[in-house]
Amino acid sequence: MMSFLLVALGGALGGMGRFAISNLLAKKYGQQFPWGTLFVNASGALAAGWLLGTLGFPEHGASSLWLMSVTGLLGGYTTVSSFSLQTLGLWRNGHSISALINIIATLLLGLCLAYVGWLLSGSLP
Amino acid sequence: MKAWQRYLAVGVGSGLGSLMRYAVSLGAQAALGSYFPWGTLLVNVAGSWLIGWLAAMATLAPTRWWQPFGIVGFCGGFTTFSMFSLETLHFIDAGKPGLALVYLAVSLPLWLGAAAVGDRMARSYKACPNSHQP
Repeated sequence: MMSFLLVALGGALGGMGRFAISNLLAKKYGQQFPWGTLFVNASGALAAGWLLGTLGFPEHGASSLWLMSVTGLLGGYTTVSSFSLQTLGLWRNGHSISALINIIATLLLGLCLAYVGWLLSGSLP
Repeated sequence: MKAWQRYLAVGVGSGLGSLMRYAVSLGAQAALGSYFPWGTLLVNVAGSWLIGWLAAMATLAPTRWWQPFGIVGFCGGFTTFSMFSLETLHFIDAGKPGLALVYLAVSLPLWLGAAAVGDRMARSYKACPNSHQP
Protein backbone atom coordinates (compact mmCIF):
# COMPACT_ATOMS: atom_id res chain seq x y z
CA MET A 1 0.00 0.00 0.00
CA MET A 2 2.81 2.34 1.01
CA SER A 3 4.67 1.58 -2.22
CA PHE A 4 1.70 2.71 -4.34
CA LEU A 5 1.52 5.97 -2.39
CA LEU A 6 5.24 6.64 -2.95
CA VAL A 7 4.95 6.01 -6.70
CA ALA A 8 1.87 8.26 -7.01
CA LEU A 9 3.44 11.07 -5.00
CA GLY A 10 6.73 10.91 -6.91
CA GLY A 11 4.86 10.68 -10.20
CA ALA A 12 2.74 13.76 -9.40
CA LEU A 13 5.80 15.83 -8.49
CA GLY A 14 7.76 14.61 -11.52
CA GLY A 15 4.89 15.38 -13.88
CA MET A 16 4.56 18.93 -12.55
CA GLY A 17 8.31 19.41 -12.90
CA ARG A 18 8.11 18.24 -16.52
CA PHE A 19 5.21 20.64 -17.16
CA ALA A 20 7.12 23.58 -15.63
CA ILE A 21 10.29 22.91 -17.65
CA SER A 22 8.39 22.30 -20.89
CA ASN A 23 6.52 25.60 -20.47
CA LEU A 24 9.72 27.45 -19.67
CA LEU A 25 11.64 26.09 -22.67
CA ALA A 26 8.66 26.57 -25.00
CA LYS A 27 8.48 30.21 -23.93
CA LYS A 28 12.20 30.70 -24.39
CA TYR A 29 12.89 28.74 -27.57
CA GLY A 30 9.45 28.51 -29.18
CA GLN A 31 7.32 25.49 -30.04
CA GLN A 32 8.78 24.62 -33.43
CA PHE A 33 10.90 21.88 -31.88
CA PRO A 34 9.99 19.94 -28.69
CA TRP A 35 12.97 21.19 -26.65
CA GLY A 36 11.13 20.67 -23.37
CA THR A 37 10.50 16.95 -23.90
CA LEU A 38 14.03 16.40 -25.17
CA PHE A 39 15.44 18.20 -22.11
CA VAL A 40 13.36 16.34 -19.52
CA ASN A 41 14.08 12.97 -21.11
CA ALA A 42 17.83 13.64 -21.36
CA SER A 43 18.14 15.05 -17.83
CA GLY A 44 15.83 12.34 -16.44
CA ALA A 45 18.00 9.64 -18.02
CA LEU A 46 21.12 11.21 -16.48
CA ALA A 47 19.53 11.23 -13.03
CA ALA A 48 18.22 7.68 -13.51
CA GLY A 49 21.70 6.45 -14.45
CA TRP A 50 23.14 8.04 -11.34
CA LEU A 51 20.45 6.46 -9.16
CA LEU A 52 21.02 3.09 -10.85
CA GLY A 53 24.67 3.23 -9.84
CA THR A 54 23.85 4.45 -6.35
CA LEU A 55 20.92 2.17 -5.52
CA GLY A 56 21.54 -0.82 -7.81
CA PHE A 57 19.15 -2.36 -10.35
CA PRO A 58 16.18 -3.87 -8.47
CA GLU A 59 16.22 -7.41 -9.81
CA HIS A 60 14.17 -8.74 -6.93
CA GLY A 61 11.77 -6.12 -5.62
CA ALA A 62 12.41 -2.40 -5.41
CA SER A 63 13.24 -0.42 -2.25
CA SER A 64 11.09 2.47 -1.06
CA LEU A 65 13.74 4.93 -2.19
CA TRP A 66 13.81 3.43 -5.70
CA LEU A 67 10.00 3.48 -5.93
CA MET A 68 9.80 7.12 -4.87
CA SER A 69 12.71 8.43 -6.95
CA VAL A 70 13.03 6.24 -10.06
CA THR A 71 9.59 4.66 -10.54
CA GLY A 72 7.69 7.72 -9.28
CA LEU A 73 9.63 10.96 -9.67
CA LEU A 74 11.74 10.20 -12.76
CA GLY A 75 9.03 8.00 -14.32
CA GLY A 76 6.59 10.90 -14.09
CA TYR A 77 9.22 13.46 -15.08
CA THR A 78 10.23 11.68 -18.30
CA THR A 79 7.77 10.76 -21.03
CA VAL A 80 7.50 8.62 -24.12
CA SER A 81 3.95 9.64 -25.05
CA SER A 82 4.78 13.32 -25.69
CA PHE A 83 7.89 12.28 -27.60
CA SER A 84 5.77 10.05 -29.87
CA LEU A 85 3.07 12.68 -30.38
CA GLN A 86 5.51 15.50 -31.09
CA THR A 87 7.66 13.42 -33.44
CA LEU A 88 4.53 12.41 -35.32
CA GLY A 89 3.45 16.07 -35.43
CA LEU A 90 6.79 17.21 -36.84
CA TRP A 91 6.63 14.47 -39.48
CA ARG A 92 3.04 15.29 -40.48
CA ASN A 93 3.77 19.01 -40.78
CA GLY A 94 6.52 18.35 -43.28
CA HIS A 95 9.43 18.74 -40.84
CA SER A 96 10.72 15.24 -41.44
CA ILE A 97 14.34 16.26 -40.80
CA SER A 98 13.39 17.74 -37.43
CA ALA A 99 11.44 14.55 -36.61
CA LEU A 100 14.48 12.45 -37.43
CA ILE A 101 16.77 14.72 -35.40
CA ASN A 102 14.35 14.47 -32.46
CA ILE A 103 14.38 10.66 -32.62
CA ILE A 104 18.17 10.39 -32.86
CA ALA A 105 18.84 13.09 -30.23
CA THR A 106 16.37 11.57 -27.77
CA LEU A 107 17.70 8.01 -28.05
CA LEU A 108 21.37 8.97 -28.21
CA LEU A 109 21.24 11.55 -25.40
CA GLY A 110 19.02 9.30 -23.28
CA LEU A 111 21.28 6.26 -23.45
CA CYS A 112 24.58 8.17 -23.29
CA LEU A 113 23.49 10.35 -20.38
CA ALA A 114 22.10 7.37 -18.46
CA TYR A 115 25.56 5.81 -18.89
CA VAL A 116 27.28 9.07 -17.83
CA GLY A 117 25.09 9.25 -14.74
CA TRP A 118 25.98 5.68 -13.94
CA LEU A 119 29.70 6.50 -14.30
CA LEU A 120 29.32 9.61 -12.13
CA SER A 121 27.83 7.55 -9.32
CA GLY A 122 31.28 5.98 -8.97
CA SER A 123 29.91 2.48 -8.65
CA LEU A 124 32.26 1.08 -11.31
CA PRO A 125 35.48 -0.60 -10.16
CA MET B 1 -8.04 28.00 -16.17
CA LYS B 2 -5.53 29.47 -13.72
CA ALA B 3 -1.89 28.37 -13.65
CA TRP B 4 -2.18 26.56 -10.31
CA GLN B 5 -5.24 24.68 -11.59
CA ARG B 6 -3.28 23.50 -14.61
CA TYR B 7 -0.42 22.36 -12.39
CA LEU B 8 -2.85 20.57 -10.10
CA ALA B 9 -4.47 18.80 -13.06
CA VAL B 10 -1.05 17.76 -14.38
CA GLY B 11 0.02 16.55 -10.93
CA VAL B 12 -3.12 14.47 -10.32
CA GLY B 13 -2.99 13.03 -13.85
CA SER B 14 0.72 12.21 -13.62
CA GLY B 15 0.32 10.66 -10.17
CA LEU B 16 -2.51 8.44 -11.42
CA GLY B 17 -0.59 7.56 -14.59
CA SER B 18 2.50 6.62 -12.57
CA LEU B 19 0.38 4.49 -10.26
CA MET B 20 -1.09 2.63 -13.24
CA ARG B 21 2.36 2.20 -14.78
CA TYR B 22 3.60 0.65 -11.54
CA ALA B 23 0.57 -1.68 -11.41
CA VAL B 24 1.09 -2.75 -15.04
CA SER B 25 4.80 -3.43 -14.49
CA LEU B 26 4.05 -5.51 -11.38
CA GLY B 27 1.41 -7.45 -13.32
CA ALA B 28 3.69 -7.98 -16.32
CA GLN B 29 6.51 -9.18 -14.07
CA ALA B 30 4.19 -11.66 -12.34
CA ALA B 31 2.75 -12.94 -15.63
CA LEU B 32 5.77 -12.86 -17.94
CA GLY B 33 8.82 -12.73 -15.66
CA SER B 34 11.57 -10.11 -15.53
CA TYR B 35 13.80 -11.36 -18.34
CA PHE B 36 12.42 -8.74 -20.72
CA PRO B 37 10.86 -5.38 -19.64
CA TRP B 38 7.37 -6.17 -20.98
CA GLY B 39 5.73 -3.78 -18.51
CA THR B 40 7.65 -0.71 -19.69
CA LEU B 41 7.15 -1.65 -23.34
CA LEU B 42 3.42 -2.08 -22.76
CA VAL B 43 2.89 1.24 -20.93
CA ASN B 44 4.95 3.18 -23.46
CA VAL B 45 3.06 1.74 -26.43
CA ALA B 46 -0.36 2.03 -24.75
CA GLY B 47 0.44 5.57 -23.54
CA SER B 48 1.54 6.61 -27.03
CA TRP B 49 -1.70 5.23 -28.46
CA LEU B 50 -3.71 7.09 -25.81
CA ILE B 51 -1.94 10.42 -26.33
CA GLY B 52 -2.54 10.19 -30.09
CA TRP B 53 -6.21 9.50 -29.44
CA LEU B 54 -6.62 12.17 -26.75
CA ALA B 55 -4.78 14.86 -28.69
CA ALA B 56 -6.96 14.29 -31.76
CA MET B 57 -10.12 14.27 -29.63
CA ALA B 58 -9.01 17.46 -27.90
CA THR B 59 -8.69 19.32 -31.19
CA LEU B 60 -12.12 18.07 -32.29
CA ALA B 61 -13.94 18.56 -28.98
CA PRO B 62 -11.86 20.84 -26.76
CA THR B 63 -12.33 20.79 -23.00
CA ARG B 64 -10.14 22.81 -20.72
CA TRP B 65 -8.87 20.10 -18.39
CA TRP B 66 -8.28 17.53 -21.17
CA GLN B 67 -4.87 18.89 -22.10
CA PRO B 68 -3.25 19.25 -18.63
CA PHE B 69 -4.92 16.25 -16.96
CA GLY B 70 -5.08 13.67 -19.75
CA ILE B 71 -2.37 14.55 -22.23
CA VAL B 72 0.38 16.17 -20.16
CA GLY B 73 -0.48 14.52 -16.83
CA PHE B 74 -1.83 11.01 -17.29
CA CYS B 75 -0.06 10.00 -20.53
CA GLY B 76 3.17 11.65 -19.39
CA GLY B 77 3.14 9.89 -16.02
CA PHE B 78 1.99 6.57 -17.47
CA THR B 79 4.89 6.39 -19.94
CA THR B 80 8.54 6.54 -18.93
CA PHE B 81 11.69 7.28 -20.85
CA SER B 82 14.08 7.04 -17.90
CA MET B 83 13.15 3.42 -17.16
CA PHE B 84 13.48 2.57 -20.86
CA SER B 85 17.03 4.00 -20.85
CA LEU B 86 17.97 2.13 -17.67
CA GLU B 87 16.64 -1.18 -18.97
CA THR B 88 18.54 -0.79 -22.24
CA LEU B 89 21.70 0.05 -20.33
CA HIS B 90 21.10 -2.88 -17.97
CA PHE B 91 20.94 -5.30 -20.93
CA ILE B 92 24.33 -4.05 -22.13
CA ASP B 93 25.81 -4.24 -18.62
CA ALA B 94 24.48 -7.77 -18.19
CA GLY B 95 26.30 -8.85 -21.38
CA LYS B 96 23.17 -8.98 -23.55
CA PRO B 97 23.78 -6.25 -26.16
CA GLY B 98 21.57 -8.15 -28.62
CA LEU B 99 18.57 -7.81 -26.33
CA ALA B 100 19.33 -4.10 -25.86
CA LEU B 101 19.23 -3.68 -29.64
CA VAL B 102 16.02 -5.70 -29.95
CA TYR B 103 14.39 -3.64 -27.18
CA LEU B 104 15.39 -0.42 -28.94
CA ALA B 105 14.40 -1.59 -32.43
CA VAL B 106 11.02 -2.86 -31.26
CA SER B 107 10.17 0.10 -29.01
CA LEU B 108 10.67 3.04 -31.37
CA PRO B 109 8.41 1.95 -34.26
CA LEU B 110 5.76 0.69 -31.82
CA TRP B 111 5.70 4.02 -29.92
CA LEU B 112 5.38 6.10 -33.07
CA GLY B 113 3.01 3.68 -34.78
CA ALA B 114 0.74 3.53 -31.72
CA ALA B 115 0.45 7.34 -31.60
CA ALA B 116 -0.44 7.38 -35.31
CA VAL B 117 -3.09 4.66 -34.85
CA GLY B 118 -4.61 6.47 -31.85
CA ASP B 119 -4.81 9.68 -33.86
CA ARG B 120 -6.43 7.92 -36.80
CA MET B 121 -8.97 6.10 -34.61
CA ALA B 122 -10.10 9.34 -32.95
CA ARG B 123 -10.50 11.07 -36.31
CA SER B 124 -12.43 8.20 -37.90
CA TYR B 125 -14.69 8.00 -34.85
CA LYS B 126 -15.46 11.70 -35.06
CA ALA B 127 -15.97 11.47 -38.81
CA CYS B 128 -18.56 8.70 -38.39
CA PRO B 129 -22.03 10.24 -38.93
CA ASN B 130 -23.67 7.97 -36.33
CA SER B 131 -21.37 9.06 -33.51
CA HIS B 132 -22.79 11.27 -30.80
CA GLN B 133 -21.50 14.79 -30.99
CA PRO B 134 -20.88 16.33 -27.55
